[in-house]
Amino acid sequence: MSGIEFAKDQPDSFAFTAETEAKADAIIAKYPPGRQASAVIPLLDLAQRQHDNWLPKKAIEAVAEKLEMAPIRVLEIATFYTMFNLKPVGKYFLQACKTTPCWLRGSDNVIKCVKDKLGISNHEGTDDGMFSLLEVECLGACANAPILQVNDDFYEDLDYDATAELLEALKQGKPPPQGSMKGRNLSESSAGATSLTSLRETEAAYVPRPPKPAAEETPQDGGES
Amino acid sequence: MLKDEDRIFTNLYGWFDWGLEGARKRGDWSTTKQILSQSPEEVVELVKASGLRGRGGAGFPTGLKWSFMPKEVGERPHYLIVNADESEPGTCKDREIMRNDPHKLVEGCLIGGYAMRACAAYIYIRGEFYNEAQRLQGAIDQAYEAGLIGKNACGSGYDFDVFLHRGAGAYICGEETALLESLEGKKGQPRLKPPFPAAVGLYGCPSTVNNVESIAVVPEILRRGPEWFAGMGRERNVGTKLFCISGHVNNPCNVEEEMGIPLRELIDKHAGGVIGGWDNLLAVIPGGSSVRCIPKSICDDILMDFDSLMAVKSGLGTAAVIVMNKDTDIIRAITRLSYFYRHESCGQCTPCREGTGWMWRVMERLCTGEAELEEIDALEQVTKQIEGHTICALGDAAAWPIQGLLTHFRGEVEDRIKKYKAANSTLQAAE
Repeated sequence: MSGIEFAKDQPDSFAFTAETEAKADAIIAKYPPGRQASAVIPLLDLAQRQHDNWLPKKAIEAVAEKLEMAPIRVLEIATFYTMFNLKPVGKYFLQACKTTPCWLRGSDNVIKCVKDKLGISNHEGTDDGMFSLLEVECLGACANAPILQVNDDFYEDLDYDATAELLEALKQGKPPPQGSMKGRNLSESSAGATSLTSLRETEAAYVPRPPKPAAEETPQDGGES
Repeated sequence: MLKDEDRIFTNLYGWFDWGLEGARKRGDWSTTKQILSQSPEEVVELVKASGLRGRGGAGFPTGLKWSFMPKEVGERPHYLIVNADESEPGTCKDREIMRNDPHKLVEGCLIGGYAMRACAAYIYIRGEFYNEAQRLQGAIDQAYEAGLIGKNACGSGYDFDVFLHRGAGAYICGEETALLESLEGKKGQPRLKPPFPAAVGLYGCPSTVNNVESIAVVPEILRRGPEWFAGMGRERNVGTKLFCISGHVNNPCNVEEEMGIPLRELIDKHAGGVIGGWDNLLAVIPGGSSVRCIPKSICDDILMDFDSLMAVKSGLGTAAVIVMNKDTDIIRAITRLSYFYRHESCGQCTPCREGTGWMWRVMERLCTGEAELEEIDALEQVTKQIEGHTICALGDAAAWPIQGLLTHFRGEVEDRIKKYKAANSTLQAAE
């Protein structure tokens, strides 16, 4: 699972902001009384989002205290699950899927493009702190392979050129809308849907999808709509 | 081909409003109160009669699984757990349900929960699906606001909560007892069974874990009647199914089709055919990475359902069809899966923890051919020693892709070793 190497430079303290604290309390309320340990993953996630997308040791201790858990129990969660970063990551945290479905569709070209354009390989980051790369296992969007996850968003249907275009947009601080980089609608066939087409004409509820505005900031919480 | 009016996931491609208003126009939540006016036993019987088999991989009959829950609620409450930790390589169907048709899942939770006398459902969604979680939470909030779930859900007199729980990256949490451990705030390491979750599940309470698709199809089955669902497909393999087609096809996609559709028809009609044509097909992994691959000769006329694929020692799994054409280095493709299982082994059982790494290292050498011919048999033997000797099925899942490779493509593996030897002895002679 994830590496258990901690960042050398650790902050001296960590405290939840009032906003995070309120979200944490709302999450804890989802579980029966006395079962607050269930909230450990969501709370570590909140702490990580509050702290530039990585978890210092003090944050792990803060979560342990909040949930009345032994710090070692929280630490083992933070090291078992791959989405917790124990070291700083780039402002744009690139996670490239390399599992077979993505590999068959050319994930090697995505990783080569990242190397060519940013000079970084797996587990490395750019000196300016803008980008870091992690090669990951199946992201669960295989009909849109290959995938590059940037922070919370999936960029799909990539090839070398589309990856270069994406990286350039990120460099300029203008992430394109998430989803297919080939303009394909979700996981519909790129040659046009082969099913449901009769409903498209008759369905009164047809609402064209508005394009998602390019997000400037990382959204904060998994529990909101 | 399945008719559009028989498709359940009518918003699979997100053409229409995912929200409550749109969902209602598509028929969701229309007769929920009426469905809940039946007794829980009656609902279970209807699901049994529909012949629905679990859509998460194992294909266990859903109604039967529900019937294992205690008939009375004792001191411990009952829980429904929805497995939305979609991580099986090749599988990407639940994502579409959650972002395009989330109300089908929420309504299914209420009905399934009622049938099992559960007080709440926890939907465990993989952490990487951040945007999908936002969407699903939006649907849950809408349902609460409209009084469809929560106190006196749909005016039925039944109280039921639905909670969304995000994971944080671990394939193993798709295993039902690992999921329960994770939901309790522990490492996702599978539990020994028995006791089964229906007796001792979440927080030690009776629980049932179902896949997203299994739950999301239930409302439609109950609205149209079990005969409708059972009338599609063939015996023991009925209904419709979401297929995920990835790899070397012209148009990878997700599509809902009738269970038992011929593989070739599925690929040709919906995915634009194999890249380079059908004759350029090498092999297909028909049910997600954990099942054995099948070579073109079997693909030619195989039907996509549980029993047909079982008969050729593969499986329908999650119906994630990974297509590989003749440009594929199949040894490398399977090695990549071996790496996946090595990465995802939770480390609890020795055969899996040590075995997945060992198999991957041997596979890496088979890729280059830097191995001895006898090692092929040794590898096969090790896969048999891992299979069936671990707490959960991850050990089996790691063994089967390699067994499939060695069954159908042993010649390729041997050729590569021989080629490497020939090239190397020439080199030595030149020195």
